[in-house]
Amino acid sequence: MADTNITQVNSPAVQSTNPFVLFFRRYGWGYAFVFPSFLAFAVFTFFPVIWAFIISFQDFRPRGGGSWVGLQNYIDAFTTQNGVFVEALQNTVIYAVVTVTANIFIGLFLASLLQPLSNKFQTFFRAAYYLPAVTSAVIIAVTWRWLFNTQWGFLNFLLGLVGAEPVRWLSDPDIALQSIILSTVFTIPAAGVVLFNAAMNSIPKDFYEAADLEGAGPLRKWWSITLPLIKSTTLYVVVLYTIASFEVFEKVYIMVPSGVGNSTQTIVTQIYQTVFSQFRYGVASAQAMVLFVIVVTFAVIQFRFFRTDVEY
Amino acid sequence: MALSVARNAGRQAPSKITVPRILMWTALILTTLISLFPMYWMFVTAFTPTQDTIKTPPDLFPHADLSNFERLFSSARDYWSWFANSVIITLGITFFHLIFDTLSGYAFAKKKFPGRNILFWIIISTLMIPPQVTLVPLYIVVQNFNLRDSLWAVILPGWANVFGIFLMRQYIQTLPTELEEAGRIDGCSELGIFWRIILPLSRPALAALAIFTFVRFWNDFLWPSMVLIKSPSYTLPVGVASLQTEFSTDYGLIFAGSAVAALPMIAFFLAFQKYFLEGVRAGAVKG
Repeated sequence: MADTNITQVNSPAVQSTNPFVLFFRRYGWGYAFVFPSFLAFAVFTFFPVIWAFIISFQDFRPRGGGSWVGLQNYIDAFTTQNGVFVEALQNTVIYAVVTVTANIFIGLFLASLLQPLSNKFQTFFRAAYYLPAVTSAVIIAVTWRWLFNTQWGFLNFLLGLVGAEPVRWLSDPDIALQSIILSTVFTIPAAGVVLFNAAMNSIPKDFYEAADLEGAGPLRKWWSITLPLIKSTTLYVVVLYTIASFEVFEKVYIMVPSGVGNSTQTIVTQIYQTVFSQFRYGVASAQAMVLFVIVVTFAVIQFRFFRTDVEY
Repeated sequence: MALSVARNAGRQAPSKITVPRILMWTALILTTLISLFPMYWMFVTAFTPTQDTIKTPPDLFPHADLSNFERLFSSARDYWSWFANSVIITLGITFFHLIFDTLSGYAFAKKKFPGRNILFWIIISTLMIPPQVTLVPLYIVVQNFNLRDSLWAVILPGWANVFGIFLMRQYIQTLPTELEEAGRIDGCSELGIFWRIILPLSRPALAALAIFTFVRFWNDFLWPSMVLIKSPSYTLPVGVASLQTEFSTDYGLIFAGSAVAALPMIAFFLAFQKYFLEGVRAGAVKG
């Protein structure tokens, strides 16, 4: 490119014939500029991931250890404490399926309602939906725990108004997971609304005008124009929320700190407990690898879709 | 584009009241109320004397009572230290990203060097790695180097975050190359070009990056809760979580603590909303 040529012409290094020197005169700055970021990833991402993979085959405990145990950690991961991790996997899948489905539908629904509004109203509602998302998951969870309080909680107060019995939202093992799911469903999927809204706003308006000439109604237009044209965004949002829901932790950890039996265990709360209650780092790493495989599977779908993105 | 849809939603003039219109606005307003209610309830509880938080029916509107806050600052003695830790950690992470994400974003956008695309995709691929996978090894390192309760244990891993590189590359790609070339002809050094031309021109993207990074790490919980063990070194989310166990039924105090922790982010969002939502959208644009 032109910029590298100019560097060459102006720099005295043109006289040098050492290919090594020439290479670095020419490209050195590029490498230098990406180096700090790359170093951060090398130390805090690549190295730990590789090490986690190694530990998952070792008997690793806080004080020393490190003998190879083959697949024993993976076997233990699924069988320790009567297979609580299997239950955690099931709970996480249930959580993911229900919340992702609800989030996508609510996000699409609200973004579609926003589409015909003026910019002023769109900005207002986007902000209103997004505001709670800027506070920490911990605070949101603390608040929901309070809303769910059996004796003094707001939800049971509402139920009381219609004469219903108070519900033990978070202490009844049969419904604790459902309560947590409920709190996620009732949290408006703010990022989803913002992304869908942006995608819908970028649809050329001629498409709708052409449909008008054909006499298409609003629902028909939504189904035949809006939905197909925001397909790539929809896929992206699905993957985004799916990955996030497989990594659910704060919410559960705060709302039911000691768990309600095994009914509210998720993958990440299990990893956390294997580290801090059992001190079995190898088993925890094996569990983390299971999470890794699940998330990568979804992420690969995401990357595939990135490449085959349809333009209009 | 939006208007044409409105025009055709019913064939009537936009101001006319129709059934679909009423339903639409009801849904929007109802969901807004649902969205904001937990936060509203947090503030109501924070301003209600604790003995009044446990009664039926509950008071639906806030009192003008500051007793919870007084108790918070006298009982939870470390609260301001949590606040300070959160500020230091978040600023430490944000400053790194502002400088180095822009540097690498610039290199990935404008510099040519062998392996550039491979390096970029390697970095982008870290998006797929759940942060929980790195927890155990990092925790072992923190233990062995005795970094528990050190703020560095939280700041340093925060530097490996891909969002900013992606955002800055996207943005700098749109800047005209002529400006850099003009700088070079005027004898500006490479670092000078970065500092005097690229960085100032990237201001809008930098704002989005700063805000996004700040909020993301201000609210971070899992990793800080693992390595910050003693109360004086907590961050706000870790501290707020600990209020729950320490003052289990003093709901007024717990929510006073939550409200003070949430307030800076709420103010931040209201002030910089535009940049914020820009950041959300930028994440969705393909590379």
